Amino acid sequence: MATKTSSRPAATARRTTIGLKILMAGTGLVFIGYVLLHMYGNLKALGGEESFNTYAEHLRTLGEPMLPYAGLLWVIRVVLILSLVGHAYAAFTLWSRAGNARRTKYAAVKTAMRTAWMRWGGVFLLLFLVWHLLQFTILKFSVNGDKQGASIQNNPYELVVASFQVPWNTLIYVLAMVALAFHLSHGTFSAQQTLGWTATPHAYRRAKTIGHVVAAVIVVGFLIPPLSILFGLIK
Amino acid sequence: MTETTVNAGIAHGLYREGEPVADSKAPAGPIAGKWRQRQFEASLVNPANRRKLDVIIVGTGLAGGSAAATLGEAGYNVKVFCFQDSPRRAHSIAAQGGINAAKNYKEDGDSVFRLFYDTVKGGDYRSRETNVYRLAEVSANIIDQCVAQGVPFAREYGGLLDNRSFGGVQVSRTFYARGQTGQQLLIGAYQALERQVAAGTVEQFTRHEMLEVVVVDGRARGIIVRDLVTGEIETHLADAVVLGSGGYGNVFFLSTNAMGSNVTATWRAHRKGAYMANPCYTQIHPTCIPVSGEHQSKLTLMSESLRNDGRIWVPKNREDCDKDPRDIAEEDRDYYLERIYPSFGNLVPRDIASRQAKNVCDEGRGVGPMVGDFRRGVYLDFADAIQRLGRDAVESKYGNLFDMYARITGENPYETPMRIYPAVHYVMGGLWVDYDLQSTIPGLFVIGEANFSDHGANRLGASALMQGLADGYFVLPNTIRDYLAKGPFDKLTQEHPQVVEARTSVEQRTKRLLEIRGERSVDSFHRELGNIMWEYCGMERSEEGLLKAIDLIRGLREEFWRNVRVLGSGDTLNQSLEKAGRVADFLELGELMCIDALHRRESCGGHFRAESQTEDGEALRHDDEFLYVAAWEFGGGDALGEMQQPVLHKEDLVYEAIELKQRSYK
Amino acid sequence: MNLTLKIWRQAGPRHTGELMTYKVSDISPDMSFLEMLDVLNEQLNAKGEEPIAFDSDCREGICGMCGLMISGEAHGPEKTTTCQLHMRSFRDGEVITIEPWRANAFPVIKDLVVDRGAFDRIIQAGGYVSVNTGAAPDAHATPVPKPAADRAFMAAECIGCGACVAACPNASAMLFMGAKVTHLSELPQGQPERMARVVSMVDQHDEEGFGGCTNVGACSQACPKGIPQDVISTLNKDLRAALRG
Repeated sequence: MATKTSSRPAATARRTTIGLKILMAGTGLVFIGYVLLHMYGNLKALGGEESFNTYAEHLRTLGEPMLPYAGLLWVIRVVLILSLVGHAYAAFTLWSRAGNARRTKYAAVKTAMRTAWMRWGGVFLLLFLVWHLLQFTILKFSVNGDKQGASIQNNPYELVVASFQVPWNTLIYVLAMVALAFHLSHGTFSAQQTLGWTATPHAYRRAKTIGHVVAAVIVVGFLIPPLSILFGLIK
Repeated sequence: MTETTVNAGIAHGLYREGEPVADSKAPAGPIAGKWRQRQFEASLVNPANRRKLDVIIVGTGLAGGSAAATLGEAGYNVKVFCFQDSPRRAHSIAAQGGINAAKNYKEDGDSVFRLFYDTVKGGDYRSRETNVYRLAEVSANIIDQCVAQGVPFAREYGGLLDNRSFGGVQVSRTFYARGQTGQQLLIGAYQALERQVAAGTVEQFTRHEMLEVVVVDGRARGIIVRDLVTGEIETHLADAVVLGSGGYGNVFFLSTNAMGSNVTATWRAHRKGAYMANPCYTQIHPTCIPVSGEHQSKLTLMSESLRNDGRIWVPKNREDCDKDPRDIAEEDRDYYLERIYPSFGNLVPRDIASRQAKNVCDEGRGVGPMVGDFRRGVYLDFADAIQRLGRDAVESKYGNLFDMYARITGENPYETPMRIYPAVHYVMGGLWVDYDLQSTIPGLFVIGEANFSDHGANRLGASALMQGLADGYFVLPNTIRDYLAKGPFDKLTQEHPQVVEARTSVEQRTKRLLEIRGERSVDSFHRELGNIMWEYCGMERSEEGLLKAIDLIRGLREEFWRNVRVLGSGDTLNQSLEKAGRVADFLELGELMCIDALHRRESCGGHFRAESQTEDGEALRHDDEFLYVAAWEFGGGDALGEMQQPVLHKEDLVYEAIELKQRSYK
Repeated sequence: MNLTLKIWRQAGPRHTGELMTYKVSDISPDMSFLEMLDVLNEQLNAKGEEPIAFDSDCREGICGMCGLMISGEAHGPEKTTTCQLHMRSFRDGEVITIEPWRANAFPVIKDLVVDRGAFDRIIQAGGYVSVNTGAAPDAHATPVPKPAADRAFMAAECIGCGACVAACPNASAMLFMGAKVTHLSELPQGQPERMARVVSMVDQHDEEGFGGCTNVGACSQACPKGIPQDVISTLNKDLRAALRG
């Protein structure tokens, strides 16, 4: 007897909620890799101005002469932008499907809040990302009234130090990193689950642990430089 | 047997006797060749003609679900009905222990003949030999089929199927899936059924309850159902109708059956001419969790395996009955099964363990809360086992049962003895069928627990699942074709007078139930009926009690049709209305059960007559007088519960392959 | 015990519903939650009010027919089905809110009764092994490694009650589907249709209007059979394999 199957299973599979989730997981993993590298670069600030600025310059000359100046950096940027678009597209589509899947809400709720954290945390991180890029990449402006001018703008180390000497700016950063940690602690596990890497109880527990470890490393690694600056350990 | 010549039932004008009835379908010849012969003789239906033949199946348990799937695969045009919201909910799902099959994978001397023999003997020689032999024959195919479907039976480390022994049988032939065998088998049949729904051969009607069978020119040609969501009364016509609607244990109100399990489908067929066979044969399971109060809605069974290590006792003195059992000294405890049956002890068969529990409670030595005038419970104590084997060993063997007990009672069975009490959980009686599983209405087939044929007066453990699937997968699909080959029958329209008559009777009955607007709820009638049945037609039956019960049931039925209160309307989901229809039918069935129990003045299997016992209180069969199936014909009656005398048709039981013996446990 | 119950009443699929408040008294802690509702229904019937519609059948935790959202938790505070939940899990004087499963794919039929036909349709889409009756080889023809058989059994314990959907913040049925896919994927009998099955079932799942999975595990926490989240991983893995074509 006939079995109901699609004539193009791969095409059907791509359209499904799980297809979207796989997109989200793949792009998420790109971000996890990127933030770990980014964190490593930030920690260069502990080595002083030269160490940090050399690293920043190296990012641009990496791949020369095969690639033009800043070529690899642009490749990375394009990958990141595409990932961001894919990640956000999948997230908002699934968010909207989920909203439609339960139009009548419960009067009494006692369900997990982590989904809401992921969604609103993700929106917050997106806003922070805009702010962060404007501040350090696109406009390169200093929020520190005492330190202004081209010498600050053109010296990555000076810009960073000047910015994090301002408490409110550091506070925004700390909040963002805490949000990022929450996002990644679930997101790292979730990506592995979505990709089907957690199909045994052992792998499942391991994936949970990896999520927590990544989150802890990220929050600590990213907060050391700005807090060191704020408290005057780096000048 | 006494010198009474006129049966009490006849003497009181409760029934009259008609012509004998006999199965005409089993071929002659040696028993081992009958089924092959019948399959060959049964007419075939050309594959191209099958889709022109409509078959209705009522019920989606192991029997109905597997039959619907198989007939769909064969290419018939099938419609399947269940009152639940999905076919997967049918109560077969609650079976725990396992399914028997004569695979002899253990090389321990099992065979088709041994399974056949054990089943006939277990049924106390009140089942039909030919049907039971066929059951044993097809049992092995069931396991193959289920494994191929992906049923996750328990396996050994080598990857092969595991078996256990069950219910006092001396071979290991029971296949199981932990304590959820029924669930796994039903999901297998359900998936096969859903596959056919997707393929378009089966149309599935959930939340539809069958309320009448349509009989036209002497043939079953359809059913009248109520769509439980919209309340609409619908007519469905077909070339044949199959009932796989389960048993009627809920006539006792409290049983291990599901809340919705009912007799309506089979009782309506009975009223239209299908004989009801051996309705008094009910199985009462000894290890159930006792009633905790007046509010109780159902009972829960725990696997019989608990009796392997648990010791059953009650206090010797009534004054001790409300004490903490741990404070009752060893010498003040009565391990009554070990005392009365020193050789079998706690492992006596189900019927005996159940009856003795009732006896000690009747003496006022029961334990647990008072239910009515008595405490209804006995202790099942694992203290010795825990001391002997250690708590861990007991936990690994019985952990899930202990957890279930703890959840329901709130007591910790590792600390205090469990309390158990017998409960109704299966009926061997059902609609009379021939070797082809066809009832006395041509075109009406009956499968699974709904028919009577395979278990005699007592069913062995792990045999119900076997029978349901044997009927549905392998027997019915082979026998129904002999009938369908005569079709397709004349096309009927919904306006055919006999169709209209059936539908109108359902509409009027529904309307009547809603119009009474009396004082008492449906549940209160059901509970009262259950009390009467349990008291007088339960574990021990007597002439005096049964006569009283018949009077009480008649009075209750009369009151029901005058004083029941069913609120709401008929054109929406109305659970009170559903229950009312079912209870109305139970009120009629109950009387027939009592009449059957009254007429059978012998003790056999689950039917124990106080008047027929040996000097030491054991069941005494009377093969000289009662070696027959009692097939009852509806004697006529009106829509409001008025019933005439039923007519008894006897089918003599002939044992050619097996020698008759009296069971003994001494 | 005396309790205040806030219960969702809705006359029919197209009616609007509301929470109504009822009081029950003299409730025994030994009653099951559904028996407590039986008592309330008897009271309503006696007063001439229509009883509250709710589903239940086996009342021993295996058929999957019952299921209520009890003060925000699917099947209430214990890890069991509503029918096996007993009143001793509540405090005297407690206010309990009782709602039907909420998901667009599970429309309310009346009061607390919902239509879970979507689950049947997901199984129809491929939740089976295509083998006709009588076409099976001997049961011992294909040995199954015990760990695979055990995991298949664990997944096959799903009772299809819908608590996973009810508890999921996205009303997703991934746990239900993951359980069925894992059950059949672990067994040799399930291999031939493995890829087609998963695609077809997930497609049907989306068509029914269930949401996507955010891997938070509310489903497993609510599951009366304790089916773990890793079955969803198996589902995802099979779908990813199908994506490759």
